Amino acid sequence: MLHLILKRTALAIPSLIGVVIVTFLLTRALPGDPAAYFAGPAASKEAIEQIRVALGIDQPLIVQFGRYVGDLARGDLGNSLSTGLPVATEIRTRLPASAELTILGLLVSILIAVPLGIFAATNPGSILDHTCRILTTAGVSLPVFFTGLILVYFFYYQLGIAPAPLGRLDIFFSPPPRVTGFFLIDSLIARDGEVFLASLKQLILPAATLAIFSLAPIARMTRASMLAVLGSEFVRTARASGLSPGTVIVTYAFRNAMLPVVTTLGMVFSFLLGANVLVEKVFAWPGIGSFAVEALIASDFAPVQGFVLTMAVMYVVLNLLIDILYGLIDPRVRIEA
Amino acid sequence: MSDTTAAPSAPTHGMGAILRHAQYVIRENKVTGFAFGLFVIILLAALFGPHIVPYDPLASNTSAALQAPSARHWFGTDQLGRDVFSRVVVATRLDFAIAIFSVVLVFLMGGLAGVAAGFFGGWTDRIVSRIADTIMAFPLFVLAMGIVAALGNTVENIVLATAIVNFPLYARIARAEANVRREAGFVQAARLSGNGEMRILLGHILPNIMPIMVVQMSLTMGYAILNAAGLSFIGLGVRPPTPEWGIMVAEGAAFMVSGEWWIAFFPGLGLMMAVFCFNLLGDGLRDIIDPQRRT
Repeated sequence: MLHLILKRTALAIPSLIGVVIVTFLLTRALPGDPAAYFAGPAASKEAIEQIRVALGIDQPLIVQFGRYVGDLARGDLGNSLSTGLPVATEIRTRLPASAELTILGLLVSILIAVPLGIFAATNPGSILDHTCRILTTAGVSLPVFFTGLILVYFFYYQLGIAPAPLGRLDIFFSPPPRVTGFFLIDSLIARDGEVFLASLKQLILPAATLAIFSLAPIARMTRASMLAVLGSEFVRTARASGLSPGTVIVTYAFRNAMLPVVTTLGMVFSFLLGANVLVEKVFAWPGIGSFAVEALIASDFAPVQGFVLTMAVMYVVLNLLIDILYGLIDPRVRIEA
Repeated sequence: MSDTTAAPSAPTHGMGAILRHAQYVIRENKVTGFAFGLFVIILLAALFGPHIVPYDPLASNTSAALQAPSARHWFGTDQLGRDVFSRVVVATRLDFAIAIFSVVLVFLMGGLAGVAAGFFGGWTDRIVSRIADTIMAFPLFVLAMGIVAALGNTVENIVLATAIVNFPLYARIARAEANVRREAGFVQAARLSGNGEMRILLGHILPNIMPIMVVQMSLTMGYAILNAAGLSFIGLGVRPPTPEWGIMVAEGAAFMVSGEWWIAFFPGLGLMMAVFCFNLLGDGLRDIIDPQRRT
């Protein structure tokens, strides 16, 4: 198992190198002269030249790249132009907000999609099977920001049961003392039930938006792979041996059917991390996505670059974890390794 | 190559059989027929939109601002009194054009690179696969944001970014399809009759994988529309007051909490229907061209 983990980790390194090169190239692609851009419209020639030296862009490309990698190794992602703060600090403080939202959305989605897919596969032609099919077809066509707005309209404006879509916590509450940065966990640690409920309320709609978004691919994959497994010979043998339908489905079919679903999770994460940006914009969620969007509008490039890099590194790590999880579920992968 | 179109009388080959099969698929599968009807509507709106709408999509009229849908304004009016229906219809052309151009662009980049990688193997393959892997290491929408931010905030760059993030998909499919054909009988025959490798690639391999690529292009159209609308929703590319579905949803978002749902709802609905249409159409097209892959 350790061998497998090491091997997979080694495979992730070229991806990480690629990610660093691409984010570096993205800065180089900045339209026009970056020095003139950073100096502002009123800068003199000397000032621009000074900034050119300060930024290091008078050096050859390879030297600049070396400097960029050196900065990254020290955890330095540059400073935001509009706030003047280091980008790395800002991303670190905002990351838990995004992570809490994404993880909760994905959990809800898995808890609904997997049983739905299994039920649809074991009862073909039933109402739930048709529901599953409609959900999976409609779900992939729904723009995630549109779903979010519809939910806001119904649950906030019409029914009045959801709080206003304005961030992580109602202004009447102060955030719990920071331990993990996850409001749900921190408020439990502080034994503050009110704050826990308040932050849960704020979380429900955005998390539901993300869940609806990722429901479709997971349910579709679960259904398809469950159907394939149920038609296989070892399931037929298990049935013929007189095992109860429950045992056949849960112990025999489910574990094998989960393998392709775990693989799909990689793709789901790719979409989910992107959708996260849009959902954060809709719900004024103070995560790294809205940080990047604000910076984009202000043409402030360092935060955008830091954001793209952070997201890509997280995505590479998530894929690595998925591969390792795959090895845990499927003994064959371990033997091959 | 010439005999694929020259035999309309033969029932099992050629265009006649494809058309009859297409008719069969549309008749058997009502959903594909519906998607095709929707596609015709979208196409008409994209072509003639600006000429058939009742109001000027840019003309504001503050005395008629924020009106709910009525017989006068089918989809209501927005905060500046502009007719939402006219704006939604006129926006079709821009959204459609962004999607079409990005899909054609990614076909030219990814499709050709993938065919070359699968056919030549070796270094070509390694370079193309490495580029595809690197793009795949990013969450796609995030990479698209980064590309637009770096290259400049224009509609052209939205098209380019959408094409780039789809590159791996096209490159991989084209590569796999070209790879299984590199030693096929017709390729060897072409080689023996003295054709150069480039000529075989473009004249023999590429036409053979075109059907699969066309299905892929149709399936990607929906994603391309979503991606572009998402980028303009966060304020990239298209600028107000240009009518475009993503930016219209963004403009209407603030009014959702005060009950003026129609400003964001109808452009969002247009977006949804377009994506829905292309996804269904892609599935239907796959049934027609490549029945074995049916799911």
